[in-house]
Amino acid sequence: MESQLAEIAQHTGGVIGNAWLMIAFPLVGAFILLVFNRFTNRWGHLLGVAMSLASFVVAVLAFVELLGFGPEERRRAVHLYEFIPGMVDMGLLIDPLSISFALLITGVGSLIHIYSIGYMSHDEHRRRFFSYLNLFVAAMLLLVLADNYVGLFIGWEGVGLASYLLIGFWQFKPSAATAAKKAFVVNRVGDFGLLVGMFVIWTTFGTLTFKGLGEQIAPGTQNGTMLAIGLLLLLGACGKSAQLPLQSWLLDAMEGPTPVSALIHAATMVTAGVYLVVRSGAFFFPEGSGAALAVAIVGAVTLLAGAIIGCAKDDIKKGLAGSTMSQIGYMMLGAGLGPAGYAFAIGHLITHGFFKADMFLGAGSVMHGMNDEVDMRKYGALRKVMPITFVTFFIGYLAIIGFPLLSGYFTKDGIIETAVHHQPILGWLAVLGAGITGFYMSRMIFMTFFGEKRWADDAHPHESPLVMTVPLMILSLGSIFLGGYLILSNRLLDWLTPAVGAPAERPEFHFTSVPGLATLALVAVGAIIAWMKYGRVPVPAVQPRGSFLTTFARRDLYGDALNESLFMRPGQWLTRLAVFFDNRGIDGVVNGLAAGIGGSSGRLRRIQTGFARTYALSILIGAALLTGALLFVGNI
Amino acid sequence: MNGDFQAPTIEYGTLAPLLVVFGAAIIGVLVEAFAPRYLRKPIHVPLTLLSLAGAFALVLVQVMGGQVPTTASAMGALAVDGPSLFIWGVILVLSFVCVLLINDEGHFVASAAAVPGSADEEEAEAHSGGVGHTEVYPLVLFAVGGMLLFPASHDLLMMFVALEVMSLPLYLLCGLARRRRLLSQEASMKYFLLGAFSSAFFLYGTAMIYGFAGTVSLPGINRAMAAGNTLDPLLLIGFSLLGVGLLFKIGAAPFQAWKPDVYQGAPTPITALMASGTLVAAFGAVLRVFWVGLGNLDWNWRPVIWVVAALTMIVGSILAITQTEIKRMLAYSSIAHAGFLLVGVMATYGSAERNADSLKAILFYLAVYGVTTVGAFAVVTLIRDPGGEAGHLSRWAGLGKRAPLLAGVFAFFLLAFAGIPLTSGFFGKYAVFAAALDSGTQPGDSMGGWMAGLVVVGVVASAIAAFFYVRVIVLMFFSDPAADGPAIAVPSMGTVAVIAVSLLVTVGVGLYPESVLGIANQAASSLFIR
Repeated sequence: MESQLAEIAQHTGGVIGNAWLMIAFPLVGAFILLVFNRFTNRWGHLLGVAMSLASFVVAVLAFVELLGFGPEERRRAVHLYEFIPGMVDMGLLIDPLSISFALLITGVGSLIHIYSIGYMSHDEHRRRFFSYLNLFVAAMLLLVLADNYVGLFIGWEGVGLASYLLIGFWQFKPSAATAAKKAFVVNRVGDFGLLVGMFVIWTTFGTLTFKGLGEQIAPGTQNGTMLAIGLLLLLGACGKSAQLPLQSWLLDAMEGPTPVSALIHAATMVTAGVYLVVRSGAFFFPEGSGAALAVAIVGAVTLLAGAIIGCAKDDIKKGLAGSTMSQIGYMMLGAGLGPAGYAFAIGHLITHGFFKADMFLGAGSVMHGMNDEVDMRKYGALRKVMPITFVTFFIGYLAIIGFPLLSGYFTKDGIIETAVHHQPILGWLAVLGAGITGFYMSRMIFMTFFGEKRWADDAHPHESPLVMTVPLMILSLGSIFLGGYLILSNRLLDWLTPAVGAPAERPEFHFTSVPGLATLALVAVGAIIAWMKYGRVPVPAVQPRGSFLTTFARRDLYGDALNESLFMRPGQWLTRLAVFFDNRGIDGVVNGLAAGIGGSSGRLRRIQTGFARTYALSILIGAALLTGALLFVGNI
Repeated sequence: MNGDFQAPTIEYGTLAPLLVVFGAAIIGVLVEAFAPRYLRKPIHVPLTLLSLAGAFALVLVQVMGGQVPTTASAMGALAVDGPSLFIWGVILVLSFVCVLLINDEGHFVASAAAVPGSADEEEAEAHSGGVGHTEVYPLVLFAVGGMLLFPASHDLLMMFVALEVMSLPLYLLCGLARRRRLLSQEASMKYFLLGAFSSAFFLYGTAMIYGFAGTVSLPGINRAMAAGNTLDPLLLIGFSLLGVGLLFKIGAAPFQAWKPDVYQGAPTPITALMASGTLVAAFGAVLRVFWVGLGNLDWNWRPVIWVVAALTMIVGSILAITQTEIKRMLAYSSIAHAGFLLVGVMATYGSAERNADSLKAILFYLAVYGVTTVGAFAVVTLIRDPGGEAGHLSRWAGLGKRAPLLAGVFAFFLLAFAGIPLTSGFFGKYAVFAAALDSGTQPGDSMGGWMAGLVVVGVVASAIAAFFYVRVIVLMFFSDPAADGPAIAVPSMGTVAVIAVSLLVTVGVGLYPESVLGIANQAASSLFIR
């Protein structure tokens, strides 16, 4: 039985037929900037912005063209070329899901490109920065547009590479280099899961295309293999999206330049895991399956962990990173609820892309004015000197805590209500998470923009230039209106249905539901506590010692310590043990084999005497053997 | 005999690429005879390049115009079919880039006949102004003409003539290296002696097959086999001797001994030409003989070729490990690759569809391997010691630190040789091995397990080969540079173009194999004219 997901129309021509241009533009940009390096120093950043914008234009045109089709025909496959003969054809799948991502990536990506012109203006390697940004956009687009897992995986690795390069962009700082390496290694664990998952898919179904899987997998199929694939893909998603237990890299990743944190580690790349789960949802995470439950649990646990970490951070970017973890936890929770949750998960992903990028860039703007200071204990009272940054940041803040009628309110509330409906325990955990969000985000606002000045002596805060603040304004507009537009009257749900399947019952948005009101109440409580601790009384300029719980949160819930004692130390012991046995046992065999080959090489080499007469003799003997063999074979 | 002489019909249009190359070669000889010394090179270079480009254009015209003949040309002496045209195109491209390398100053001696180190040599050197033998150009053109003729020959006599036209200039060219004269002359001498020896086998085999079939035409032989006794010792011996001559040219074991010595001694641009063009031409001829001439004998030749292929892969990859000279290492690598290609030859039997499939794989492999090879040898020409190229591998230590770009490019070529994914080499190997495995699954074929076994041998040999490729990369990037390391010559425009084109093709085809695979498929689908 075929699922509706196999109904993919082959498409040629038009903008969609040339959708590869979306990937090609930034890729060419990255190539030019890297290859012609110094020659492009003067205009390199402009080229980078132009390529990203061109990609955005193609995405918008493709979107418009897609709107021209009826809802049932909105899954268009574009064949590009035969990649690995007989196994994988490279092709793009343009459907509501992928085009939504493409719009987010290119749209927010372009804004961040523009912002970076200002932010990186003093950096002598600005051109290289833009080439990496372009590389990232291209890889991310490949990830979401590919119509098969192989293409997705190449994009997946590409964004991993770009993220590595960008986190370690200031590689002269040892902390940045270490953070880049950490991100790479932790991601590797996830990539391993994705890769093995792909192996199992290939051996089980003999295809890696979404269309092929749609043809073979009846909706709702559940068995051991499917569960294994689901969990392996989830491991991949956890790595890329910084979900427990692979969350530890994201906080360190803030060592990269702030626009990177905004683009990659808040708005786009970290949502790749959500994309993977939603895209594979109909195949490997059907509603009510064990794999889907695992996704939801991971999401719920992470959203709490991220929120708790966010409470204790004095570094503004790390606080935002904790909140990113937490918000992606919400998306994962939504993605683990089946088609009912997909629309909200994707909706939250999109609105989060706006308000989190808005706040990250706002944080960057603050840092830009404060000599790259990140400690919020040294901020305070900045609302007067940075009015635009303050207003935009404040809008992002209202959106993320779910202030009624702003973007985050609609999407987060949707996830919470669906979760309470399907998985009550997880749902109420999400409500609790929302309350903690209200606390730590308010704390951030009070510490940064209110209270009295705690600036360093040499700090002269000033508002950032327009090239940085205009993107902030655009992003905050999205933070205000986008959520309501997408969720009310189920616009996003209907739009996504052809790509991800329809929920059993149509959700209705209630402004006065019990979980919704409880959420608002908890958020208010959180904000009030924050005001009492950080708004009403002066904030100490030096971090107080804090209780056991605070230390727990400050140390990222001992995630690193846990990794160290659970994996690193035993790993080191295991390595030592392995080295010991390797030297004694395995090396004996391997070295013996290598020595055997090398030795036979040395012996065989002696045949090569250099005398033409010996060579002629070998030809003669060879000819005799050949003739003898032919006669022998002929006479069997 | 009643003396009625019939003028042969010659399809000039079809054979035009051949005629252009040979015509230019003859003009080249005239230039040598009549043009003053200072004018010779300025005339030769454009003449050679233009004729090769022109011949390539003529090949294109035939392919694009859909005028691929379906019958033999020139009274049945030549077969210009899809595979032939593809091979012609590849050879012309490869020889064009090789000529760009040849143009570089300093590869060729001024007077090959003078005793190395003698006063005569110094005098000749002083007179020539560093240009060296300009005879190189017509010699190369003759060799290329022979390469074009060889795989297109439709009868064994024609093939023998082509073999000699291809080989004789190459024997000479091998001895023209400007540096390390003795090594070069030794290489030339060895190549000539062994080449003549193997040609004799070829000719003797032809004679015996004529004795069996009463004809030297390849389809005629096949028909005779269908009608007569395929176990006739005359046929079997004749075939095996013919095989020796052909296997010698591709450097299959146990006929590979000449390759390292000759590749090392010959001037590097000529080595590049031999390692790419000659190999392509020889494989074209092997395919034609085995498929067109001996198609009905495949039960007899396949087990034998099985052993030869396995042996070639093993000998090539194992012996390469202990090589300390870069060109010798590449020579052994070329032997190993000949073995991989023979795996593909093994797969050319059975249904027409299967035939086309494995033929496509081999054609693709030949094209991409040839391009990568030329690129690798072009890099070799740039790493120089005072006495010539820095051949010893120890001299390449730490090159990655001194010339990161060049070392990086070379490392990429080595990865392509090793068949790492996202290089053209990966898809070449993949296509050949996949074709071999597929052919083993044909119904009613008892060789299926053997084909799988051969592929296993191939994969193991690839793994061994990967070791010595990667070893060079490790040497270049992870060792400290020698204090008095070799000089890195400033490449001429020609050399830069060669390396850039090779790199582009190796990367491009690795990302988008369909580009070349599609053309190879089109060429292979028409099969050889039978």
